Amino acid sequence: MKRLALALMLAVAAPALAADPSEMLKDPVLEKKAEDLGKELRCLVCQNESIEDSNADLARDLRVIVRERFAKGESSDQVKQYVVDRYGDYVLLNPPFKGTTLVLWLGPFALLVVAVGAAFAFFRRRPSVNATPVVPLSTEEKRRLDALLKDGDRS
Amino acid sequence: MIAEIGHFALILALAVALVQAVVPLVGASRGNAAWMALSGPTSAAQVLLVGISFAALTHAYVTSDFSVMNVAQNSHTDKPMLYKVAGVWGNHEGSLLLWITILAVFGGAVTLFGRNLPPGLKSRALAVQAMITVGFLLFILLTSNPFARLEPPPLNGQGLNPLLQDPGLAFHPPLLYLGYVGFSMAFSFAIAALIEGRVDAAWARWVRPWTLAAWVFLTCGIALGSWWAYYELGWGGWWYWDPVENASFMPWLAGTALLHSAVVVEKRDALKSWTILLAITAFGLSLLGTFLVRSGVITSVHAFATDPARGVFILGLLVVAIGGSFLLYAVRAPALKTGGLFAPLSREGTLLLNNVLMATGAGTVLLGTLYPLFADALNLGKVSVGPPFFNAVFLPLMVPMVLAMAVGPLMSWKRSDLAGALSRLKIAAALAVAAAIATWVWQGGSLGPWWAAGGMALAVWLFLGVLTELAERIRLFRAPFGQSLSRLAKLPRSAWGMTITHAGLAVFIAGMTASSAWKQESVQSQKIGETITVAGYAFTLKDVQNVQGPNYLASRGTFEVSKDGKPFAVMQPQKRQYKSPPMPTTEAAIETTFLGDVYAVIGDSGGDGGYVTRLYFNPLVVWMWAGTGMMVLGGLVSLTDRRHRVGAPTRARLPAHSVRA
Repeated sequence: MKRLALALMLAVAAPALAADPSEMLKDPVLEKKAEDLGKELRCLVCQNESIEDSNADLARDLRVIVRERFAKGESSDQVKQYVVDRYGDYVLLNPPFKGTTLVLWLGPFALLVVAVGAAFAFFRRRPSVNATPVVPLSTEEKRRLDALLKDGDRS
Repeated sequence: MIAEIGHFALILALAVALVQAVVPLVGASRGNAAWMALSGPTSAAQVLLVGISFAALTHAYVTSDFSVMNVAQNSHTDKPMLYKVAGVWGNHEGSLLLWITILAVFGGAVTLFGRNLPPGLKSRALAVQAMITVGFLLFILLTSNPFARLEPPPLNGQGLNPLLQDPGLAFHPPLLYLGYVGFSMAFSFAIAALIEGRVDAAWARWVRPWTLAAWVFLTCGIALGSWWAYYELGWGGWWYWDPVENASFMPWLAGTALLHSAVVVEKRDALKSWTILLAITAFGLSLLGTFLVRSGVITSVHAFATDPARGVFILGLLVVAIGGSFLLYAVRAPALKTGGLFAPLSREGTLLLNNVLMATGAGTVLLGTLYPLFADALNLGKVSVGPPFFNAVFLPLMVPMVLAMAVGPLMSWKRSDLAGALSRLKIAAALAVAAAIATWVWQGGSLGPWWAAGGMALAVWLFLGVLTELAERIRLFRAPFGQSLSRLAKLPRSAWGMTITHAGLAVFIAGMTASSAWKQESVQSQKIGETITVAGYAFTLKDVQNVQGPNYLASRGTFEVSKDGKPFAVMQPQKRQYKSPPMPTTEAAIETTFLGDVYAVIGDSGGDGGYVTRLYFNPLVVWMWAGTGMMVLGGLVSLTDRRHRVGAPTRARLPAHSVRA
């Protein structure tokens, strides 16, 4: 699930970078890691933008800090932890799974269970058409049906 | 003087709305025909009065009357005429006036086209419309008067946010509002039906076209906003799960569910209570959308109104409207007679599955959008819920839905055989798997994201599923070819509508998957004469010049782009500096091809004599717009179906000698 979440979160609407070329790291692998992490970090003075998308000064500073940490050889998790220690969970665009976000992460599944359950209850509560016995057509009915079908083909 | 006439007309409209909200309702419960009939002239008066008011504000904008505060704050004499007019709704007060104008027009439309509606239902529905009108008019008059004067008037206005000075965004709010307010029709008729305690096929036949029209407008509006974000924000992205985007997406999801369940009500007389609930929910989410955007409760790029007094008023309005209707629903819905039976595996069953997933999707978006608010209010700490959350939770919900979309139309009503439907989809399934494998191989296995293969497979599955259904309908290869052709020609427009819309979604999914998975970009400091190659397109920066616009200065870069040594295009992106208000914007240059958009953005000049340039190749983006266009087209085609033309079948059945009162 975690991996699915990770893959999907990187999937849609990966916006281009606001980063200035001068900020970028020389090592493309490290730069890619920094960009990937930056897309998950909220620009704190902006409105729902990641630091990679934002032109704000604060976002720029945070981009530079993230890259400095990567240049020092820290891993993505270490850099992320460093930023979270300073700014709290608010900085994470992907909210962590913990006590206070339990409702957020489990809510959709609960909703689905309730909706599916309601649909099942709907079928249980009322007699299904399957329950009504199927009576085979009488010869007379069959004849009339055939006549009607033939009629339909002609028109 | 004209502004005062506009203001006065609004006050009169409020008085008329109060009458319309009460008298026809009382008349309907007492069976007093004259009182019920009052709903007609009052709704016509609404159109007139609110129309005068809207015209008065438009006049103030067109003539740049800066003694009106709203105009002074949002307009400027230098602005092109299109944006002067668009400025009317490019702000809080004016956009509410637009909301109420559209509401009045919809009310008028009920009166105009609903002559053959049962008088009780019609007068009750119009009374409910009037109640909404009263709420919004009070809101405008008490907290957001667009006609407030300014003394002394300034020499010139402050101008409109330059990001909003764009043809795409000029028409974005009206379309969105036509969608939001359009759902008020379904809502009013749902409430009226609850009061009457009766929902039948006639009710659904009336509600369906209005819901469909609202859905078409909303789809257009959302797509236009998305398109705008794509070319104007200069990031090449088109959907950000921003709270304001979510605000329009939630009613869309609920409205889509409503469209499908209303089909079941009309054809099979089932799912009635659920459909009523959806009608209430769709409009409730529209109100909530207005609330989220207009109150500034969730600050976002779009929230240009931040005023708590207004927030409290709308919150009150929401509680009364949504709470009241849910209460009415809880009391009255059990009295609705249950109708036609059906087995879980049937056309109705798959439509119900659509509803389950759509409703869960809407609930998920609602939860994610409001969670930061709740967390803050309950002292759980500040939380951000961004795109990673929505992508992780919402997209998996849509996978089973798209899978079922191909199957549902092949099922028969009442009771169906799943194996039979699936066996007809063998070719679609085989080609979908082939598409997945081809995608996997083409992108070099795990070099590209694994879900790209899944997305492409889903698109192929749905598209071929739609074609299979069409082929089944016309009995292609089973009947003589000529007969199939004549069946094709005789297909009802509503069937065409479904086919086009569902195929449009398939095209959209392909575009969305490709543009998310295989976007290529390059950001650098580029010197004049330097060539950068992205996805085989060689961008040579020829020069950067200053150009003067009507109300901005721009530096315009000129790229000569070639592909495989052959000239492809000359692209001229701009970086604009607007004068009033002073704000920079980027104008991307986009060359669209069938396989993808070549996208160039120019930035500031760097210290080393180069310019910051951002060059992209966005694959299959035009497929997304084409897919959305097909969805809208399908909706429109379906609207022209005779059965959807309001009242047409009923009127034809009226005896010739009948006299209408």
